[in-house]
Amino acid sequence: MPEGSPHPYIPATEADRARMLARVGVDSVDALFDDLPAEYRDPAFELPPQLTEPELIALLEERAAVNADPGRPNFLGAGAYRRSIPSIAGYLTSRSEFVTAYTPYQPEISQGTLQSAFEYQSVVCELTGMDVSNTGLYDVASSTAEACLLAARATRRSAVALLEPVHPGTVDVVRAYARGAGIRVDVVRAGSDVTDEHACLVAQQPDFLGTIADLEPLAEAAHAVDALFVTVADPFALGLLRSPGDAGADIVTGEGRDLAGAPAFGGPSVGLFAARQQYLRQMPGRIVGRTKELEAPPGGGEPRTGYVLTLQAREQFIRRERATSNVSTAQALIALAFTITVQALGPRGLREAAELCYQRAHAAAARVAALPRYDVTDRGPWFQEFLVRGPLPAAELARELAARGITAGLDVSDRAEPEARDAMLFAVTEATPDAHVDTLIEALAEIGANS
Amino acid sequence: MSVVRPANEDFGAQLSFDRSAPGRRAVDVPSWGGEETPLPDAHLLRDSVRLPELSQGSLVRYYTALSARNYGIDSGTYPLGSCTMKYNPKVDDLVASLPGFATAHPQAPVEEAQGTLRILLELRRGLAQVTGLPHVSLAPAAGAHGELAGVLMITRALEDRGELATRRRILVPDSAHGTNPATAAMAGYSVTEIPTAANGSLDRDALARELDETVAAVMATVPNTLGLWVQGIEEFADLIHDAGAYLYGDGANLNAIMGRVRYGDLGFDVVHLNLHKSFSTPHGGGGPGAGPVACTEELARYLPAPIVVEDDDSVVRLETPERTIGQLQQFHGNVGVLIRAYAYMRALGAEGLRAVSGQAVLNANYLRVLMHGHYDLPYDRPVLHEVVFSGTRQRREHGVRTYDIAKRLIDHGFHPPTVYFPLIVEEALMMEPTETEPPEAIEALADAMIAIAAESAEDPETLHGAPWTAPIGRLDEAEAARRPVLRWQPPDDE
Repeated sequence: MPEGSPHPYIPATEADRARMLARVGVDSVDALFDDLPAEYRDPAFELPPQLTEPELIALLEERAAVNADPGRPNFLGAGAYRRSIPSIAGYLTSRSEFVTAYTPYQPEISQGTLQSAFEYQSVVCELTGMDVSNTGLYDVASSTAEACLLAARATRRSAVALLEPVHPGTVDVVRAYARGAGIRVDVVRAGSDVTDEHACLVAQQPDFLGTIADLEPLAEAAHAVDALFVTVADPFALGLLRSPGDAGADIVTGEGRDLAGAPAFGGPSVGLFAARQQYLRQMPGRIVGRTKELEAPPGGGEPRTGYVLTLQAREQFIRRERATSNVSTAQALIALAFTITVQALGPRGLREAAELCYQRAHAAAARVAALPRYDVTDRGPWFQEFLVRGPLPAAELARELAARGITAGLDVSDRAEPEARDAMLFAVTEATPDAHVDTLIEALAEIGANS
Repeated sequence: MSVVRPANEDFGAQLSFDRSAPGRRAVDVPSWGGEETPLPDAHLLRDSVRLPELSQGSLVRYYTALSARNYGIDSGTYPLGSCTMKYNPKVDDLVASLPGFATAHPQAPVEEAQGTLRILLELRRGLAQVTGLPHVSLAPAAGAHGELAGVLMITRALEDRGELATRRRILVPDSAHGTNPATAAMAGYSVTEIPTAANGSLDRDALARELDETVAAVMATVPNTLGLWVQGIEEFADLIHDAGAYLYGDGANLNAIMGRVRYGDLGFDVVHLNLHKSFSTPHGGGGPGAGPVACTEELARYLPAPIVVEDDDSVVRLETPERTIGQLQQFHGNVGVLIRAYAYMRALGAEGLRAVSGQAVLNANYLRVLMHGHYDLPYDRPVLHEVVFSGTRQRREHGVRTYDIAKRLIDHGFHPPTVYFPLIVEEALMMEPTETEPPEAIEALADAMIAIAAESAEDPETLHGAPWTAPIGRLDEAEAARRPVLRWQPPDDE
């Protein structure tokens, strides 16, 4: 950019500044900072040189090209799944009135955000079988941590039980939140391990190793000791699976990112958080409610329907240190994309897509299992992820596949479950191209033959 | 807003669910041509799910109509104080959505994500330069998430010093954002409020009185929510450290001081930034944001995982600090937002960021002098990034509240300012024009506010009923809270 030229993001010119400074009554922009301690003023600091827009695009394109090719066969799941996202989800979510708005503090000019959030809450309640939902938290793990804090408040107990196999990231985040609140985290191996010390039992659906959990006996185990039952559910799988609410869950959390768009190395995400009615006033995060205009519109007629942030007495900006959570900015735009995807699929599409995912994953697993020297572990009914054991240790198998241009499933060989020993967790979804599965089968056969 | 709905249509009463027509669909799903695997046992499955059935075109029209009922920074001036609503460069969205970045799987081996990781590394280094604090974790998803990280880091440090059992209090100024006390409480501390001095800074004597061996930390926002520099903050840092406590920085107002002064140089131990404010990533109607946390050498071992580091062989990796507080999200943070923030940093460079703070502060002062005399100004002195007026005169003399003034501003085509915050200013009107507004927009905003001040004397009823031109009028918020309706129900159930 030529020296002295105004920056495209900063409209004021030198002439503007001179006029404004004169009106303010100071000599220079620097003089506006005279309250700052002289000793520390205007520090030397270094950033990479400024780029013009074409230079910026070129640099970022170069960097993007250093990542794995977007078309590379990739069998990782373990909390992030490739989905077929309807084109309209990205299209509508990129409308600037949605993208460039702040949190809807002024409902009269924020009905787009607010009514969309009400749609989101409705969709989440339908999928999870819960009575109430907030507008979304950061991601599934932080939502689950908030669910544990809610359970501890509601039961006045100071321990929580997480049922294995659960995502290790979820355990880690729950531990971080729990430490602050003085809550003990027990990672348990069976639903029967929950005791009357626990505020809740948390179970993942499908579990971390891919198996579909039978939630009802777990809910009964939790309720038998007056603990809450929290389900961490994949909302896409809920197109096919029994709703956690129907099975007895008190709180349901989940990850909405996969139905919102591409994984982007893990975020932004959106953490689903829904609960039974009785926990409404203990919920963290923003909640949108439906109401009417105070007065009929100037043109006449009845007061119209509108949406507002509600039950704000739970929130940090009103309640400060007595709030249910410190959440302020969350993940509204990702929640919007999630909502549009689910609604575009509709009741039949969601079921069809979930069944397609199930069929493709099972067909791929059957092909792997049919290869000499490979096993697919039977852990009961499963949805989209399966455990594979091959002729080589997991890490070596991953390297061999990488050498053939394939990203293997997750190495879970260090987990405690006996079925996971030496195993890799492969994910195949409705969006995994057939050609990628063919490539995988070919490569596994070749590795099997040569090792 | 591009569309104003006719007054007689109750658009809000018709959700997508109500517009549903059984049999329609918006997308199709490929059929499975292979061998059928039997589904799991029926008791594990659901019968159906209630979702709307709309054609693709209808669904697009519905959400397009919804978007028209929203106001964003692309719609016009958005002087929402403390929220730093500035123009969001579109190139940032473009580069963040490049397929190489978008499709990167969070569990992929680092070799497959070097492009993303190098960006995160350079952003981490850039934020260390901007804050003057050498260590940075990009993991937190938002400002409040970064606050939680920072306070939990302090908890860890006190644990290692063997002082966690005694240091149970966090001091928070009365002008602080609500997230500060909420975070402190969430991390298990009790909160003591420190009053603001007459000059708008922190009350030094009150602070000194409260500082003792029961204090874990002081949370300070610099500049504060009055838009004022906290006079003597570097001296307060010494007092706080002498008392064995930490100084936490809420970096929400970084936009005022980028390139002018650095948190680390002033003695802050740990600070969070809101990249959706100062680094101009779009706010999305309530997120996603990003709330990186930066700290001193002493606290680095407690940072939330992961940390982006470069090996000797120039490979960028993710590392878990030795005594980390743990992870705060399942994966690596709001990476899509971080790429946008990186693009913003590169488009500005060091000189550009200085120009940003300079213009942001000039714009706030320009607004201050243009509106001066028309509204009360409880702290009547030059400001930094924002200025807090008060509507007390309008309320006292004309029975017009700040609430009415804010709503009337909508009719003039602007987003209202932040109102009734900070709590220490009565009838507060907190205005932050940011550097991306041209002078003529600030003049138009000031003219509108001055016109409203005149209206409050001449025609208060117009203000009481405002807004008149928005897609919907004032809503019954009390009723919404009294009888919560929080989801769609089939008409029969209502």
